[in-house]
Order: sequence, then C-alpha cells, then structure tokens
Amino acid sequence: MKTTDLFSRLSKRLSSLEKLPKLDDKKSIPSVLEEKGINRREFMKWAGAMTAMLALPANFTPLVAKAAELSDRLPIIWLHMAECTGCSESLLRTDAPTIDSLIFDYISLEYHETLMAAAGWQAEHNLESAIERYKGQYILMVEGGIPSGENSFYLTIGGHGKTGEQNAKEASEHAAAIFAIGTCSSFGGVQAAMPNPTGAVALSKVTNKTVINVPGCPPSEKNIVGTLLHFILYGTLPALDAYNRPKWAYGLRIHDLCERRGRFDAGEFVEEFGDEGAKKGYCLYKVGCKGPYTFNNCSKNKFNSHMSWPIQAGHGCIGCSEPDFWDTMGPFEEPVADRLYDTVFGGLGADATADKIGVGLLTVTGIGIAAHAAISKFKNPKEDEE
Amino acid sequence: MANKRLIVDPITRIEGHLRIEVEIDENNVIQKAYSSSTLWRGLETIVKNRDPRDAGFLMQRICGVCTYSHYRAGIEAVEDALGIVPPLNAKLTRSLMNQALFLHDHIIHFYHLHGLDWVDVVSALKADPAKASKEAFKYAKYPIATGENDLKAVQDKVALFVKKGQLGPFANAYWGHETYKLTPEQNLIALSHYLKALEIQRELAKMMAIFGGKQPHPQSLTVGGVTCIMDLLDPSRMGEYLTIFKMAQNFVDNAYYADVLMAAKAFKTEPSVVQKRGVMNFMSHKEMQLNRSEFLFDTGIIINGDISKVYPINEDLITEEATHSWYKDNQPLHPYEGKTNPNYTGFVNRDTIGMDGKEIHSKSIDEKGKYSWIKSPRYDGKPMEVGPLAAVLVSYASGNKKIRKVVDEFLALSGLPVEALFTTLGRTAARMLQTKAIADNGLEAFTTLIENLKVDQETYTSYKIDKDKEYKGRFIGDVPRGMLSHWIRIKNGVVENYQAVVPSTWNAGPKDANGLIGPYESNLVGMKVADISQPLEIIRVIHSFDPCIACAVHVMDTKGNDLGVHKVDPIYGAIC
Repeated sequence: MKTTDLFSRLSKRLSSLEKLPKLDDKKSIPSVLEEKGINRREFMKWAGAMTAMLALPANFTPLVAKAAELSDRLPIIWLHMAECTGCSESLLRTDAPTIDSLIFDYISLEYHETLMAAAGWQAEHNLESAIERYKGQYILMVEGGIPSGENSFYLTIGGHGKTGEQNAKEASEHAAAIFAIGTCSSFGGVQAAMPNPTGAVALSKVTNKTVINVPGCPPSEKNIVGTLLHFILYGTLPALDAYNRPKWAYGLRIHDLCERRGRFDAGEFVEEFGDEGAKKGYCLYKVGCKGPYTFNNCSKNKFNSHMSWPIQAGHGCIGCSEPDFWDTMGPFEEPVADRLYDTVFGGLGADATADKIGVGLLTVTGIGIAAHAAISKFKNPKEDEE
Repeated sequence: MANKRLIVDPITRIEGHLRIEVEIDENNVIQKAYSSSTLWRGLETIVKNRDPRDAGFLMQRICGVCTYSHYRAGIEAVEDALGIVPPLNAKLTRSLMNQALFLHDHIIHFYHLHGLDWVDVVSALKADPAKASKEAFKYAKYPIATGENDLKAVQDKVALFVKKGQLGPFANAYWGHETYKLTPEQNLIALSHYLKALEIQRELAKMMAIFGGKQPHPQSLTVGGVTCIMDLLDPSRMGEYLTIFKMAQNFVDNAYYADVLMAAKAFKTEPSVVQKRGVMNFMSHKEMQLNRSEFLFDTGIIINGDISKVYPINEDLITEEATHSWYKDNQPLHPYEGKTNPNYTGFVNRDTIGMDGKEIHSKSIDEKGKYSWIKSPRYDGKPMEVGPLAAVLVSYASGNKKIRKVVDEFLALSGLPVEALFTTLGRTAARMLQTKAIADNGLEAFTTLIENLKVDQETYTSYKIDKDKEYKGRFIGDVPRGMLSHWIRIKNGVVENYQAVVPSTWNAGPKDANGLIGPYESNLVGMKVADISQPLEIIRVIHSFDPCIACAVHVMDTKGNDLGVHKVDPIYGAIC
C-alpha cells in the first residue's frame, strides 16, 4: 500500500475513533497530558520513536501521537490462565515513565488479577460487568496456556468453579480484538512442552476468533504496548506472519540486527563460557545461540528501557518467541545441529517459519568455520526457492 | 445455628490461582479455613529427560514474579549434583542479582499487592495535603513524594477516577471497610508511595537486567558460573548497579520503612492483624552471600514460637503428603520418594455467602476429601511457616547482629513487643525488615566483587557430564517467599527426576492426615470478620504471606505412572 493511501486511511480511522463516546466527556487531550505532567515535546518524542518502531514514515508521527491519546477509550480485560505472571510483570516495566502513566490512566484496566483491588465475588462481578458494558469494544489480553477440553479442570477460577477455558471463551466472544500475550497463550508455552501433562493449548485453539499472538517469554514491554497501539491505528489486525505475530515486531530475526553479528561474520566465536572470546564479546553461536532461528526485535529494542538483553549479558538466545521452542531449540547451550536427544523439531522450526520475510540472513561469505557448516545443514526454505 | 460459609476466589493481587474458603459462626468468627490451589502446570514432569543444563531455564518459568529464584535453584541443583564450585565472581554476581530480586519483589509486594489491604484509596480523597505533608515527617527523615504539591496532585488524580466512576484496577474493592485504620492523611501518603513505587519497581528491575540481560526471566546464569563477564569488566555498568542500589536504599528508608512504621502504629489495636495465630513453627535457610564466606541470613528452625532456641535442619525429616490434595497416594514421603498421581475429585454444590451478604449457589471444596493441587509438606510431622518472618526470626534468635539491629530498632520505634512479630502485622513488617537489612548490608557483596575482580576475572568453572554416571544433588536456599529446595537426579546425561519444594507449598498446603493445618489455614482460624460480604481481613492475612501459587503446585504424571521411587539419601552440605 502506498503511504499516502495509508495516511488517509489512518486519519479516517482516527476520526471515527474520536467520535466514539468518551469515558470522560469533560476531559480534553491537552488537559489530560497536563494533569500527567507530560509536556507536549516529551510526548511527541515518544510518538516519534513509536512511529519508527512500527516502521512507518516520520510524517505519521502526529497520527501515532493521536492514537496514543485516544487509547483511553479502550477498556482492557486481562485474563490469567496457566502462567507465571511474567508477562504482566513485563507490562509493568513499560518504558518511559510518562508512558506507563498513560497506560495505567488511559487504558481502562477493567480486570487484571495481579493488579486489581477487588477480590472474590467482587472480582468476578468486575469481569462480568466489563464484558456486558463494553460488549464489542474491549480488548482482551490473555496470559498463559489453557488446559482445555477434558483437561480443563486443571484450572478453575471463581466461586462458581468455572474453568479457565470457559472464561477465555466467554471473554473472547465479545472482544473487539484479542491479543495472546506471551508464548504460553500464543503457542501453549512451557506447560505445553512435552509431554504436556495438563493438555495446555494456545488461546487460538479455544476460540474461533482471530487471535494476535505476541509471543516471548515474556515479550518485551514494548511489544505489548506497541501491539495495542497498532490496533488503535489501523482498526484492523496488523500485518501478521504465519504464526499470527505482528510483522512489525517479529519480522526480523534476532541475528539480523545482533550487536555481535560482526563477530559472527568475522568467524569470532565464544568457545566456552568465561573464555577470552566471552570477555571480548564474540558471537555466541557455538555456545548455543538461537538468534538465527528466532524472529523478534530484541536485538533492536532490548528489555527494561534498553538496559540490556540476553546476548548483551553473554548468553545466547533461547528462541523463546518461537512455537514449541522448549522442544525444538534445546539444549539451549549447544548449536541446534548438535542436539543431545531427539525432539519433535523435524525441520519445522524457526527456519521454516513465518512468511519468509528477512530471510537474507546467513548469506555469510568467507567464514570458513565449523559453525557455518552446521548452519548450512539446516534446511532453508528461502534458498530452496531461489 | 449452622456455620456460614464464605468463598474468596479469586484471591487477587497474588501470583497464580488461589481460593480460600472459611466457615464462620454466628459471631462472624472463623471456625474452619481451607486453602485451595486451583491450577496445576506440571513443570517438574516436563523437565524430565531433558539436558540438565536446560533445567534452570525451564524451572525459571515456574514463576515470573520471583523471576530469579527457580532459575538459580535449577542451575545450582545441577552444580551440586555435578560437584561444581563456581568462581567467587560468579557467586557474588548471583548474590547481587538476588539482592535486586528481593528489593524489587518485596517493594512491589508491599505497595501493589498488599498495600490496598492497608490503604483506603477513597479515604485519601478527604485528606488535607498540607497536614499530610507534615505527617510524613513523623516516620521518615527525608520523606519521598510527600510534598504538599505532590500529595495534592495525587489526590486530584484519584478524585478524577472517582468522579468519572471509572476506577479501573481500583474498582469494586472494600473501600470504607471498618478495619482500615489509617487517617485520610496517612492514606494519602501511602497512596502517593503506591504510585511512586510503580516508577521505582521499573528501576529496580533494571538492576537485575544489568547482569541478567532482562527482567523478568534473566538469562545470564549457566551451570558453572555466569555469562555477563563483559558487564562485570565495564565500570560504567557497575556504576549503574551502584546508582540504582542507592536509590533503592533511599526508597526503603524514606518510604517503605516509614509506611510500615506508620501502619504498625495505626493498626496495633486492630485484632484481625495483631492476634497471635498460626503454626508457630518457623524454618529458614542461610542466604545472601556478602563476602567470601559470610551470609546475611542464618539457617535454622524455631519450634512453638520459642525464640530462645534455634534447631538445625535435618533434611531427612522433610515429607509431603496428599491426603487432602488432588493426588492418589496419601502417605507422607520424603521429596526424593515423592509420588504424584492425579486424582481430581472436583467441587461440591453448596450455598455460600455472596457479594451482597445473601446466600448464593456455589461450587465449594469438599474438605472431607481432597481440595487442592498443593500438597502438605511437613517437617518431623509438623507444619512449618517459611518466608521473611521465618528468616528474620531465625536470624534474630541465632544472635545475628545485623538482623538484631534492624529488628530492635523497628520494635523500639513502633513501640511493639517482640511478640507482635508472630502476627499478620509482624509478617508484613518482617518482609520490610528483611529488605532493610539487605539495603543496609548488601553493598558488601558489591565491594567484595570489585576487590576480587582486580586480581581474578574467572566467571565460569568448566565441567563435563559423564553419560555413564549417575548424579544427584539439590539446592536449598531462602528466596523472597521463604525456604526453597530443588532436588535433581541425572542419569544417561539427562534429567531423570526433578522435585521442587517451594515456600508457598509450605504455607498454602491443605490439612494433613492427622488434621494438622498449615500456615494459611491456621492464621485464619479464630479471626473475626467484620462484614461477611466484604472479607477484607481474610485477604489481608493471606496477602501477608505473599502467595505464589504457580510456584506451589506440584509434579504429576497424567498417565498415572509413579514418577519413580528413589532410594537416595539427601546430600548434606552448604549450597550457596
């Protein structure tokens, strides 16, 4: 799509959002920002960064800013299934202070078990009334895998003993959009790893509605917030890959923008943790980095306000945003070609994944090292095509 | 008159899925209490047959809140099994990451998970910001975020919420409940800190990310050491850690400590939080390495609340049973011999008290049968409380000078007797005192690390896993929610068996075959509930334990096979 078309489409979308009934009629956007102690300049700086992250031209910045301002009209229901709460914790780390303030004040968090003050019947009531009141308008975010069908008893919630599966289905029914936050709700996650003793499944397996997957264990705070914004901008689903992951976040491999990529190309590898190469920041491929097989923007956006990311801390990527990575990527400290025991990998891992965007990777030349040979053994669908 | 029954499910502001049921007599006094976990995930089954080096990463996913505890436990259990001693730099780096976890976890617990049990957000609206600003100086030398203007801004923000009837996460709570004891001004101070702590927690999470790559779920530990050598050799990186640590010290001294002190004074006449209840047995393991050999907290057991004596832990005496848990085999077994075959028996139909105080048709637990996914761990047949209160009591009773100092100072300032520690209020205070002890003493580990790096840059110890050999080992330590142990057996180069006995299992487990109840249940029995449609007192008691229920649920095998009986003696010796 031409950017001019896109621009007018987005503008139209935002004007239509603007006409929706407001949660608070008396409040104007400038007063909202002022109340939060956020000056316009700071806010626009953030919007600019977001625009770049969404891979939109710079002249879209005002639209992104407007989208963020409109986000107060979006009630959010966040459900916890079989999970560890890591995704909620990640959301809490949201970037610049001004933005987390925006999120907590302007997205109306109707139900979130880790944060809400209400408990018991009162909590259950909040969920039911939010679904009723905001029918067709709220965004559903789900954290955790879902024990389903004959296994659904592995999770019950509330005084009526409803299963997590029932709750997820009912809340999905009337949602405006559904985001599976984290690898567990996206793909089943750790509890669904072999032998999957509780029969846990992805959210998309228990609802017929479209689920946007935002995987990662946990996904970075930016990917959670960015996905929300994307919905507000387009009013439709973002462009997705074959695993329903937004392309803007999961379009490139970790390897593509890795800070140690130069070391890989130069054939400089950490041979063992703690060696001279480790001190010098050599490539972690030989100690098991799964960056070449993992689609995510960690190498660009990092975690905890850009503080760091696993590869910076000297450990390889474990591939946590890929489906079934627990079964397909281990052992995590060895290259995939040298696995210790059989898994269900069978060539259906990250290399065969998605819709083949950014497959220019691994076109390394003149490396002449064992690692490269090991990678080449790996079937690359793009190469087949060419 | 028959007892009335109350269900509180979900218990919110915790990690995981927990239900509490109580029976209340005609005077609203709790006669019976039942703690039930309603989720099971099975990670200990999943880790079997995998590469032992992956165990840490997998077990880490037990919990994203104490997002370092099970990771380190998984790594160090393997190290123990293989006989690996990591270099001092690695041990100290792990200690620094652990301090980051405690500081982060306890602060987020007090403000965002427990705080709203003590602080009435709506009452804060009536406060006079000028008076509140002065009030803050009674509890802190340099109060944070309590200037008159700061407090006015907080009040306006909350007023907006209330005005538009759109309370978001604050909606439909027990505001105005008669057991809220802070004045409007005090509520306003605490509310300001609630918001401030949202910023602080983000910074404290960075502290772990410096050496861990990210938080939650850091990724820099490896069997044999740590991988963040570049960060350790980068003085600007060390400076970042130091800076955030000092910010944490300031917040602990001038907000967290001050607010707990304020709450202690205000709530010391509220029976639901100061009545001495519970199992009165406490167990804790040494933790928080400060230098080459010293740890901040001690190991030991206190029996019947008698702090004149501390007993050593004999790991042989730890058992778990499933008489009232949704598993088949009931007999008490040592973790190495644990059996976990599922036997879900579901709920029974019963009328219970609903949101409006009237009876409502409900699914209720069957307390005569099985009623939780959590087992009942016992030590020498006794239920034990673990957690910050246990850590503080054991160290205090052991004569640990660093801990005695912070405890005695707090008791003097609050005017509370030592006895007051054995209560809900004491448990909440103990968590803060543990944090304070870390904030006061933790930098010794940082300094020791710097000193050592001058002469030694080792971060990793090499090892080999012999596929023809069998290994067994375990981790025992104390994490933010209490004593944690992981037990591993390795055979043919893969994990043969794995067991985690976690703090919330000790505290949240159901009654045992002898009818003995655990810490959650025993801390509820005997407590009066003011308003049965708003059981604030119940969630306050339960939150004082900082429940972590995803951590607490146990291993199983859906095919009904035994997970293996292992004739292995536990290994003794220190793990750090």
